[in-house]
Amino acid sequence: MSQSNSLNQHTPLEYSTEDGRLKIFGFWVFLGAEIILFSCLFASYMVYLHRTAGGPTPDDLYDVKEFMIETFLLLTSSFTCGLGTHELRRQNKMGVIIWFIITLILGLGFVGMEIHEFVDYVGEGAKLTTSAFLTSFFTLVGTHGCHVSLGILWIIGILIQTARTGINAVTARKLFIVGLYWHFLDVVWVFIFTVVYLTGMVL
Amino acid sequence: MSNIKDYLLHDFFVTGEPMIYMADVSIVLVTIAIVVVLTYFKKWKWLWKDWLTTVDHKKIGIMYILAALAMLFRGGIDALLMRVQLSAPNLHFLDAQHYNEIFTTHGTIMILFMAMPFLIGLINVAMPLQIGARDVAFPYLNAISFWLFFVGAMLFNLSFVIGGSPDAGWTSYTPLAEKSLDPGVGENYYLLGLQLAGIGTLASGVNFAVTIIKMRAPGMTLMRMPMFTWSTLITSIIIVFAFPVLTVALAMLTIDRVFGGHFFTATAGGEPMMWANLFWIWGHPEVYIVILPAFGIFSDIISTFSGKKLFGYNVMVYSMVAISVLSFLVWVHHFFTMGSGAAVNSVFGISTMAISIPTGVKIFNWLLTMYRSRIKFTVANLWSLAFIPNFVIGGITGVMLAVAAADYQYHNSYFLIAHFHNVLIAGTVFSCFAGLTYWWPKMFGHVLNERLGKWTFWIFVIGYNICFLPQYWLGFMGMTRRTYTYASGLGWMPLNVISTVGGFLMGIGFIIMVYNIYYSARYGERDTTGDPWDGRTLEWATTSPAAEYNFATVPEVEDIDAFYDMKKKNKVKEWLNKPIKDIHMPNNSGRPIIMAGFFFVAGFGLTFEWIWLAIAGLVGVFITMVLRSFEIDNGHHIHKEEVERTEREAGRIS
Amino acid sequence: MKRIKTSFKLVALSVVFLLLLTGCDVPVLQPQGPVGEQQYHLILWSLVLMFIVIAAVFILFGVIVFKYRASRKRTDNYEPEQEGNKKLEFIWTIIPIIIVLLLAIPMTITTVNLEKNPSPEKKPYVVYVTSAQWKWIFGYPEDGVESVNVLHIPSDRPVKFLMTSEGAMNSFWIPALGGQKYTMNNMSSTLYLEADHPGKYLGKAANFNGKYFAHMNFNVISQKQSDFDQWVKQVKTHSPALTMSEYNKLIKPSVVDVKTYSSYPKQLDTKLENMMSMEHMTMKNSGDMDSDMSGMKGDESHE
Ligand code: HEM
Ligand SMILES: [Cu+2]
Repeated sequence: MSQSNSLNQHTPLEYSTEDGRLKIFGFWVFLGAEIILFSCLFASYMVYLHRTAGGPTPDDLYDVKEFMIETFLLLTSSFTCGLGTHELRRQNKMGVIIWFIITLILGLGFVGMEIHEFVDYVGEGAKLTTSAFLTSFFTLVGTHGCHVSLGILWIIGILIQTARTGINAVTARKLFIVGLYWHFLDVVWVFIFTVVYLTGMVL
Repeated sequence: MSNIKDYLLHDFFVTGEPMIYMADVSIVLVTIAIVVVLTYFKKWKWLWKDWLTTVDHKKIGIMYILAALAMLFRGGIDALLMRVQLSAPNLHFLDAQHYNEIFTTHGTIMILFMAMPFLIGLINVAMPLQIGARDVAFPYLNAISFWLFFVGAMLFNLSFVIGGSPDAGWTSYTPLAEKSLDPGVGENYYLLGLQLAGIGTLASGVNFAVTIIKMRAPGMTLMRMPMFTWSTLITSIIIVFAFPVLTVALAMLTIDRVFGGHFFTATAGGEPMMWANLFWIWGHPEVYIVILPAFGIFSDIISTFSGKKLFGYNVMVYSMVAISVLSFLVWVHHFFTMGSGAAVNSVFGISTMAISIPTGVKIFNWLLTMYRSRIKFTVANLWSLAFIPNFVIGGITGVMLAVAAADYQYHNSYFLIAHFHNVLIAGTVFSCFAGLTYWWPKMFGHVLNERLGKWTFWIFVIGYNICFLPQYWLGFMGMTRRTYTYASGLGWMPLNVISTVGGFLMGIGFIIMVYNIYYSARYGERDTTGDPWDGRTLEWATTSPAAEYNFATVPEVEDIDAFYDMKKKNKVKEWLNKPIKDIHMPNNSGRPIIMAGFFFVAGFGLTFEWIWLAIAGLVGVFITMVLRSFEIDNGHHIHKEEVERTEREAGRIS
Repeated sequence: MKRIKTSFKLVALSVVFLLLLTGCDVPVLQPQGPVGEQQYHLILWSLVLMFIVIAAVFILFGVIVFKYRASRKRTDNYEPEQEGNKKLEFIWTIIPIIIVLLLAIPMTITTVNLEKNPSPEKKPYVVYVTSAQWKWIFGYPEDGVESVNVLHIPSDRPVKFLMTSEGAMNSFWIPALGGQKYTMNNMSSTLYLEADHPGKYLGKAANFNGKYFAHMNFNVISQKQSDFDQWVKQVKTHSPALTMSEYNKLIKPSVVDVKTYSSYPKQLDTKLENMMSMEHMTMKNSGDMDSDMSGMKGDESHE
């Protein structure tokens, strides 16, 4: 017991147990695999970028205002998620819950807008089945969207646990990991923003 | 009503083939037999509590190996059927469609459902023991990995009796594997069976990497790890980087086939060759995923039975690292003939040949490990010794294939077939048999019979050479792979007959091995010491079979070959008599198998394109995950007294 | 050096020769033209180098395993603590590097050469190759005829194959004349081969493309130019013309006999030419082109 106390002063709570350390490290390794997964999707997107088969092109589809708002929502949510993790370090349960709920709302806004965007595209006749370009577009952006949605559900689950049991080694580890995940998705979005939307507008 | 009946008879169940009815009947009979036996001996509870819900790495390892042996049997039957069909020109033993399905399932099963799980099973059994750990880093995840692999394999095998088998080769090249050219559910089975198993493998990779990096016994620096553990670490890293590529490729083709996408179609801007690239970007590292652990096994076994340190330990490690890096840079050698231009082909030809350099270094280090040693010809070591010359032939022909301009003449011919069997069998399969024999006592507490083992060894190795050496020549004669028959008058028959004979010899060897397992379980010599081979690494420092907690007290490591070092310094007694504390262990859980069951449902739903079923399965998966997240599971403690009792019974402390 | 090389080649040659004595056709090792010959030399050279490696490893292996068996009488040569030897390890890193270099250089040269006309002084005869499920369709644009499942070429003259595929991909292989190349949907690939003499060779589909893949063999008939012209004339007078609808029927999955046609629709030429020019452009518009072209395939509508 005394050992874990002395650890407490230097080590954050989420790293205080062997279990926590292993799981956090394991999650980093898993993120390595995720990077490869998204790299493949990005590479395919680049290959198919001009294979529009007479269907809509990036130019016809992307709407600057829409993806700027999406980007804004997600980047802000990453920031608030960071603030949540900061509160976690201070072991402030209320702060953690509030910041993570704000993150959730922003995330939901992002997913909502993305769904809206997809529905719009389909309305304009830009379906997954239209061309290789669109197949790869929907797959890349959709995979990211699915990740974000899963992240939202995950955060909800962990918040319930935090509300119930307070901040302890287990919830701290979970909050920290989901935070990592959220930041990771944010970074992926930055790439989507540049590779898909910006490049699509320029080329 | 008659509609449904029609559907069931024509599309759902595969009908019209005696062989398939036989399979149907035997599946039903075997299932009934299993149920009856379990009920009669009141073993249901034992099965559930001790095996199906276990998170113990050793038991999971054993289950992997059992499943892999079953798959080896299925893949082997496929192989023999092909060999019979090819033993004479214009034979009608199998028809074209049937042959195509069989070579597809043979290749897929042997690589993904036999070789990989066999090695992962051996890793599970031995690696945590080798590093002096109590279990892997994430035991619960380990169980999920196993069950995902298992349901993936089951889903894939189900295609034989329900819906129809895949028939586009284990490489599943597009656009042939696209819906327009290959309707039906066969290819979907391939995609989803592999997807499920692949996710399980990815999880294993993460698990093993974290285990090795974080959970080694005190004193075991990276450069003191047993070579098998090193090979596992490197393999795990390759898995983490390579398997997501497979995940993506399979998902893309699934999107094409099930949702009408255009990634690899020949229309609407699709790019069929993209599949070949993605497949082999995963595929070549995959080849090394199944050979590096084999290298590790041979290293440990050769050093043990030579009674000598591994020669050039550091270089062995560096060369494995070099191989793992290069393995990601050579994938184009699988399609030199696509016409990517002389520059691309030459670069990839040279990078491929470069792999032979670290590999050659390893071969010489193994040879020199035996220099001035005392070689014992046990069965495990015989497999390892046979590996060296046989694998060299495979490696050499690999270099020949890497010569791009010459490859234009070998590609897709039997020369290629002979090459990869020469490496996969002499490398992976020999290592599986070697490892199985070597670690058998650690798994079950008795050694396998050496006499029967030698029979298996000689028959299998001779059969293997008879089977595959002639195929090089068949390649020169122009015989292409995946051809269900050939015209007479080409002079191909004699060599094909020889090859078939060899194939059957291997089958006989396998049967003797299975008999040996039965025989040794009944009459085999018990291993009471825990160290039947005068071992050098830590798995031999504990009992056979190892207790649930592996080691009563965690060993301390001072050198490479930690256990040999301990024995040499007379420190074993001292270590065993260290004070024993309570040991914390993870709890069993039924959730992994249930979750995998839901994955199966989702996979089956997508295979048949019943989206509602797929969604239902995924919801089930999600619910099991949520339940896990909300569960408070702190594991349990094995009390000191109980550990002491167990150790005393094993005669390890007084 | 040169002398060593030739003497090793002699050894390899005699081994190959012995095996050939069995009397069968081994087309890869009995090349009938300059392309196959270049590859044959490369194969021989690699065999030589590989035999050296095999010999070294096998001898070392045999000696060590025998000499250091545990049951031997001598026991003073046992060194359990031996760890390694930097010098030795260095040597056997260098030797494979040298071998790889000895192989890589000729490989690169030949690989580059094979992209080019093997007899630059002669103008190549052009043949269009299309693989379909499960047949080969050959067009002879210079003479305007077409054949199915049989290939006629003039001997002693390079042939430039411009290749594509309807549907599944395949690989065009005439072992006696030289190595294969893929035929791919919506893409063209180029392969040069040349037959030194008149003769009849085995042609193969090498890449699996579905059910009756095994039936996609064809005869390659190499003839003196005059005989070849004779054949063309005969086809022109005796065979029916290939219409577009007949062509569309032909590319549907089926196994068919040998056929010849006195002429073929112009669209088939333009189709290949389009693909050729497409490959020179950036891939920018290929998507659109695909859809244009699939219109030409008539009944094959997408969606
Ligand atoms: C009893 C031993 C075996 C025999 C007789 C055998 C025979 C064959 C034959 C005849 C083929 C060629 C099918 C064709 O292309 O027409 C083949 C392909 C193949 N074999 Fe084996 N095999 C054996 C064991 C194995 C093992 C142990 C592995 C893997 C570890 C393996 C992996 C493969 C693969 C990947 C292919 C290519 C499949 C394809 O092209 O789709 N085989 N085998
Ligand atoms: Cu490879």
